[in-house]
Amino acid sequence: MIYRGKALKYGDNIDTDVIIPARYLNTTDPKELAEHCMEDLDLNFKEKVKEKDILVVGENFGCGSSREHAPIAIKASGVKCIIAKSFARIFYRNAINIGLPILEVPEAVDKINEGDELEVDFDRGIVKNLTTGESFNTFPFPPLIQEIIKKGGLINFAKERVKGGSL
Amino acid sequence: MGMTITEKILADHSGKKEVFPGELIFVKLDFILANDITGPLAIKEFEKIGVEKVFDNERIALIPDHSTPNKDIKSAMQSKMLREFAKRQGIEYYYEVGRVGIEHALLPEEGLVLPGDTIIGADSHTCTYGALGAFSTGVGSTDLAYAMATGEIWLKVPESIKFVYYGKLPQWVTGKDLILYTIGNIGVDGARYKAMEFTGEVIRNLPMSDRLTICNMAIEAGAKNGIIEPDEITLDYVRNRAKRDFKIYKSDEDAQYKEVYEWDVSDLEPIVAFPHLPSNIKKISEISKDIYIDQVYIGSCTNGRIEDLRIAAKILKGHKVHKDVRLIITPATPNIYMQALKEGLIEIFLEAGASITPPSCGPCLGGHLGVLAEGEKAVATTNRNFVGRMGHPKSEVYLSNPAVAAASAILGRIAAPWEVEVKE
Repeated sequence: MIYRGKALKYGDNIDTDVIIPARYLNTTDPKELAEHCMEDLDLNFKEKVKEKDILVVGENFGCGSSREHAPIAIKASGVKCIIAKSFARIFYRNAINIGLPILEVPEAVDKINEGDELEVDFDRGIVKNLTTGESFNTFPFPPLIQEIIKKGGLINFAKERVKGGSL
Repeated sequence: MGMTITEKILADHSGKKEVFPGELIFVKLDFILANDITGPLAIKEFEKIGVEKVFDNERIALIPDHSTPNKDIKSAMQSKMLREFAKRQGIEYYYEVGRVGIEHALLPEEGLVLPGDTIIGADSHTCTYGALGAFSTGVGSTDLAYAMATGEIWLKVPESIKFVYYGKLPQWVTGKDLILYTIGNIGVDGARYKAMEFTGEVIRNLPMSDRLTICNMAIEAGAKNGIIEPDEITLDYVRNRAKRDFKIYKSDEDAQYKEVYEWDVSDLEPIVAFPHLPSNIKKISEISKDIYIDQVYIGSCTNGRIEDLRIAAKILKGHKVHKDVRLIITPATPNIYMQALKEGLIEIFLEAGASITPPSCGPCLGGHLGVLAEGEKAVATTNRNFVGRMGHPKSEVYLSNPAVAAASAILGRIAAPWEVEVKE
């Protein structure tokens, strides 16, 4: 999988309460959640993401609550993938499980400016900054996680196990 | 090579003799749970998998505690979905309003989560049960759906960090202060992906309520799980409650730790975490006496137990809540509420001018029963003070223990417990 797009940047410790505030958790509808994605942090997020659809963020992205509504809201708002210095662990699992592509590439984040044109190769773990010409490598995911991602998330992974008779 | 308590529990539940940090494994689960926010999403995902029945209807709890008693129509629909799924699947542990409590106070009280268990919950504070010597961690709804179908989860074995606390805690200093101090020292990602193992003479002398508070906030340091080896205090707590058999695990002498922190906490003071991170801590003596507040909240899965209410009542007895402050108190479960009533605590609270809510997570996450307006400040015994956590994005939350919260309610500003006269 290779994604191309422009960078939209935010800082460290972006928590799930600002990604999708609890006052909107009375629904599970992705479109409705996307309407309010990041609004407590940046009221213009919805507009910006139309043009810049690769999130580039700092340490511990998605810390706090386990609400899967957070990666769902991000995905439904049109974000193609997220590059972070690091992800909080529940967010990390949730993103993989719902098929939102994410990559930890700490050294790339500071060398990407908002609006830079990026190319992200998930199979090989490479982030290219097409604006500056720099390239960054990271370890690809372990085989099990790659399998979950390839199947489009944990539910598809489970469905195939059901079909295969191992569930 | 020796193993930590976390590694031993994970090895035993994945059919392995030993496991190593970094290893990806499938783990068999003893108990799983979801609430009225995460449950509906989990149910939707579960129904896509194509299995008829949940893996075991006696090892799942569905707990409508976040927006209940239902705060609006949409929340009512979510609770309804949980209720109907529980009926359809014959799920044993579904708790209706009136019997429901805050999940992480309720399940230990009910003896449904036990030492040696592997537990996942679609709620980040599921790490609370590590206080019983269980491996317990928070996950999202899809993980929970997968677990409802299979009774399993994929996990990476975490590295462990050991925290050893020496000395004797001074008066008014609690488990809450220990964990805030710890998070303040290592940061909100200081234990990211890792197991936090709490030990030392201070932990050994703490009652279960403080231990539950400590493990409850392991997630606030980014940890996968918090854990405390079971001892006599643990066994006293679980013996008459346990609904199943359980097993005691302990770390080996030669177990490997990524890091070891050792602190003498004999001089520790009550700690307050300032907006907008739980790591943004100050000792009570360093805080200026002009931080005026609008609301005080005593409750939540962190500090809504009977022991917490007793501390609050000790300070509030014979005093009045400051005229500019709203004090909201939530007993975390119906049993705690009843006990507080029997002990006369509820009367003390009402006489002071507090409002008592039914057991609910409501105010902690800015859901209902005490949402903050623009520009308001609150002292809360909860676990998170992120932007907008308790309401308006321009409101502020200061995290503290119940003694500081009660004293602040009386004085109308962030205050130390010793600023208030304790009346017998």
